[in-house]
Amino acid sequence: MFTRREILRAFLGLPVALAACKSSSRTNAIDGRIVGASNEIGHILRDRRKFEVPVDRWTDVDTVIVGGGIAGLSAAWSLKRKGFNDFLLLELEERAGGTSASGSSDLTAYPWGAHYLPVPFAQNTELVELLDEMRLIESKDEAGELIIPEQYLTRDPEERIYHKGRWYEGLYLYAGASEEDLRQYNAFYSEVGKWINWRDPEGRRAFTVPVSSCSTDAEVTALDKISFAQWLADKGFSSERLEWYCDYACRDDYGRTLSQTSAWAGLFYFCSRVPAAGEESQSFITFPEGNGRFVDHFVSRIKKNLQGSSLVAEVIPGEEGAEVVYIDTKTKQARGIRAKNVIYSAPMFTAGYLIRGFNDSPPFAAAEFRHNSWFVANLFLKERPKNRFERDFPLSWDNVLYESPSLGYVTATHQKGIDYGPTVLTYYYPMAEEDTRLGMQKLLSLDWKELSDICLADLERAHENIREATERIDIMRWGHAMISPKTGFIWGGEREKAMKPFRNIRFAHSDLSGIAIFEEAFHHGLRAASEIEKTG
Amino acid sequence: MNRSVPLLFLNVFVVATCGLIYELLAGTLASYVLGDSVTQFSIIIGLYLFAMGVGSWLSRFVENDLAERFIDIELAVAILGGVSAPLLFFAFANVSFFSVVLYGMVFGIGALVGLEIPLLMRILKDELDFKELVARVLALDYVGALVASILFPIFLVPTLGLVRTSLVFGILNGIVGLWGTWLLTPLLKPGKIVFLRIKGVFVITLLVIGAIKADSLTVLAEESLFQETIIHAQSSRYQRIVVTRGRTGFSLFLNGNLQFSSFDEYRYHEALVHPAMIAFEGEPKRVLVLGGGDGLAVREILKYPSVEHVTLVDLDPAITSLATDLPVLAELNKRSLKDKRVTVVNSDAYVWLDRTDASGFDVAIIDFPDPNNFALGKLYSTRFYKMLRAKLRPDSTVGIQSTSPLYARNSYWCIVETLEASGFKVKPYQTTVPSFGIWGYVLAKGSEFERPKEIPAEIPLAFLDKDSMAGMFDFPVDTSRPDNELEINRLDNQALVRYYEAEWRRFE
Repeated sequence: MFTRREILRAFLGLPVALAACKSSSRTNAIDGRIVGASNEIGHILRDRRKFEVPVDRWTDVDTVIVGGGIAGLSAAWSLKRKGFNDFLLLELEERAGGTSASGSSDLTAYPWGAHYLPVPFAQNTELVELLDEMRLIESKDEAGELIIPEQYLTRDPEERIYHKGRWYEGLYLYAGASEEDLRQYNAFYSEVGKWINWRDPEGRRAFTVPVSSCSTDAEVTALDKISFAQWLADKGFSSERLEWYCDYACRDDYGRTLSQTSAWAGLFYFCSRVPAAGEESQSFITFPEGNGRFVDHFVSRIKKNLQGSSLVAEVIPGEEGAEVVYIDTKTKQARGIRAKNVIYSAPMFTAGYLIRGFNDSPPFAAAEFRHNSWFVANLFLKERPKNRFERDFPLSWDNVLYESPSLGYVTATHQKGIDYGPTVLTYYYPMAEEDTRLGMQKLLSLDWKELSDICLADLERAHENIREATERIDIMRWGHAMISPKTGFIWGGEREKAMKPFRNIRFAHSDLSGIAIFEEAFHHGLRAASEIEKTG
Repeated sequence: MNRSVPLLFLNVFVVATCGLIYELLAGTLASYVLGDSVTQFSIIIGLYLFAMGVGSWLSRFVENDLAERFIDIELAVAILGGVSAPLLFFAFANVSFFSVVLYGMVFGIGALVGLEIPLLMRILKDELDFKELVARVLALDYVGALVASILFPIFLVPTLGLVRTSLVFGILNGIVGLWGTWLLTPLLKPGKIVFLRIKGVFVITLLVIGAIKADSLTVLAEESLFQETIIHAQSSRYQRIVVTRGRTGFSLFLNGNLQFSSFDEYRYHEALVHPAMIAFEGEPKRVLVLGGGDGLAVREILKYPSVEHVTLVDLDPAITSLATDLPVLAELNKRSLKDKRVTVVNSDAYVWLDRTDASGFDVAIIDFPDPNNFALGKLYSTRFYKMLRAKLRPDSTVGIQSTSPLYARNSYWCIVETLEASGFKVKPYQTTVPSFGIWGYVLAKGSEFERPKEIPAEIPLAFLDKDSMAGMFDFPVDTSRPDNELEINRLDNQALVRYYEAEWRRFE
């Protein structure tokens, strides 16, 4: 057992732990629970039990999609759009969505994970089709790029950062920056600018979305062999603010620190959404429920082909297709499906556990696809979090604490224009342990009270009234949240191997890009679906 | 000792003056920030006198070292009284238990002042007859009170303000304490004198620094803002509402920003409402008012007999209640919000427009505070105007208050261009409202239209006539559309808030 101080110290650092332990931990009046993510159910599979399916519980379906995150949903959406109906998507949770899940209260919907999509470039035609179908495109500009209705773009004030008692606009801490800090910041952006404008002999960009469209030129892929921290050091960057800014970027997009992220992935964050050097980065499309809006759209289209509460226990490839054994987690009954095709859109590291024969001659090293853990807390507030100073930059969409290992919080009511009274704040905390398994163990060892205390102690430094204002905290522990783009992973060869089918099983997941973002999951879902259409 | 007796009486006088000043400060400050001055003054005077009684009674426990204790107490009064006003302003802005601080402070000062006179009388008792002593000390005490009560409203508050008055009298109190170390030298232990003097100098220095820094204390903001008597003050969930009264009438302030002054508000509201009402072709029946919770725009709208229904959407129920409950305001708006044709909705207009089923309004009047924050900025965005258009008919007209084209030229024209970008045809216009200066509005409609020309004869107006209305649509050079390209105010850039902040900052 750990003391409160030890836990707070491990998650937030000693000063916060000491400060929080001086004040009382008034969480008694706050309601809440741990929600979703069936960690216990999923972990049954590690025991490699064999499930017998009685003869009368077998059915035949042309295509089975294993896993209803964005990749699986996108594959299903794509099949449906092409008029293909003979498929079934099996999802472990009651509701599909993976880390794009969302919830809702009387006041507002709110995200449980991914919560924005940068406006895609017009060349990403597949994604443009989705946005068009969702009526998210107002028109196109002269260059053919998308114009999105303003209510779906992040409303100003977008971001603010808390440092030593005050909130400032933006994510880079300009306040108190020395001339050298600013010089390095500008020099960093001119380095980034070089990569934005860089093209290989075939005219491909170094960094673009999806990853499969990026240049494979050795000059670029070499960046994957060093960490982002190393790259910054090599370029002579030493400004603490700049390092923080880049570290924040890595934690925000990948749940990893500067030294745990490859330089390729780090630069991908800064380069892939900017049209040309010196131009603004693409705006964000966002909703109160975050990317839950996309999940709901997919689900509305494929409702009849979606089956939740279904734990896939084994995928058995055969001569003519594959058999999929799953457990209905509500009735605890084992059932079987004989399918011609399987789209495997669960995290890649599970392949060795679920696919019979996978480990006999592994087509790729499943264990190399390492996921890191996060916890996400939704705080239901009866009033706004108070700033210490009235003239501080006001509550924004994204609110980041400079000194915190968390990513701060997003305001769910922001996009709805609700600027007064109750609100819901979504707080993100990535477990940035060097060893991702340790991070997960540490996370799963903590209960609701401990996790909500971490979240409150963290926010309390910026908002004295947070404990009084909070009525409820619900917490999601994402044990396997997203792929870690560690040094050497993205261009190390494993992804390419996993993009090839294994017998009749096709893999589709953002893992295959090494970057856990909506666009990549969507891309792989569509790719796998189109491969089936070709063979079918 | 004999020689210094008259000087000690001067001491009594100063102590008495300071004591009453602190009491008046607390009373004024409390009614100032909490409103309801009768209650506040009554409670503070009572509590202060009671505390003095407690202090007097406590004086019996002071047995030895009378002179030393007396000086200590004077220095304590100096510091407590001296910082009372800044501290209370600060507490009001920053803590939820303001009344505890206020009454605690009043009690503390009262008790200390109550200790002073009995102790001084005991110090002087060997120098004079009892009857002489009582007569002189009490007489001077009451004269000091008179001087304080006359100086306070006539000289101190108007010239120094509350915070500086407080600090200056603290300093005066401290000087008297320090001076006492010389007057009472024979009664003090030699070893203690230096220590007492160091304490005295320390207290005075502290207060002098406070007085020098007083200008930069943000707590002064509210005090210097209102030149007039506050007749109502409250903090609602959304804003600070203050109503003041002066020689020319009364004024409403929201978060320190003037919303109207009764002396010339008719100019503002006639100019806001009538062009849109007249520009509507046909008889306006259904009118939408967004903002305008003071009921003054509705008063103008109800002058049209054709109006059947007015929907007013204002964020703050405290304002719409004030409009019907504060007698001076209800009289000014002719109880417009109580009219049975009027429906009041308390909601953020953005959220209301997003959710409401109501539509088909003939005329919309928009009377929001100036866009000085992001929550207000969204009410001037293309998204907002597009949502509004969806609630109107194709031939509906809209009148919009749009800040000053003189003080905030880019802001004003940003609003005009944002309306154009939202699909409205516009006729910008401006007029003079002395309380505000040159003030701007926009008349907007979904399709091309002519400037309104004729004012219906049956509408009683105090400001507008045919010629003055025609003149409003011409902009002199210094307020006309600027040559530079302006950004459109969108939700995702809030360009207007940034223009507004840059432009009005010049006048702060």
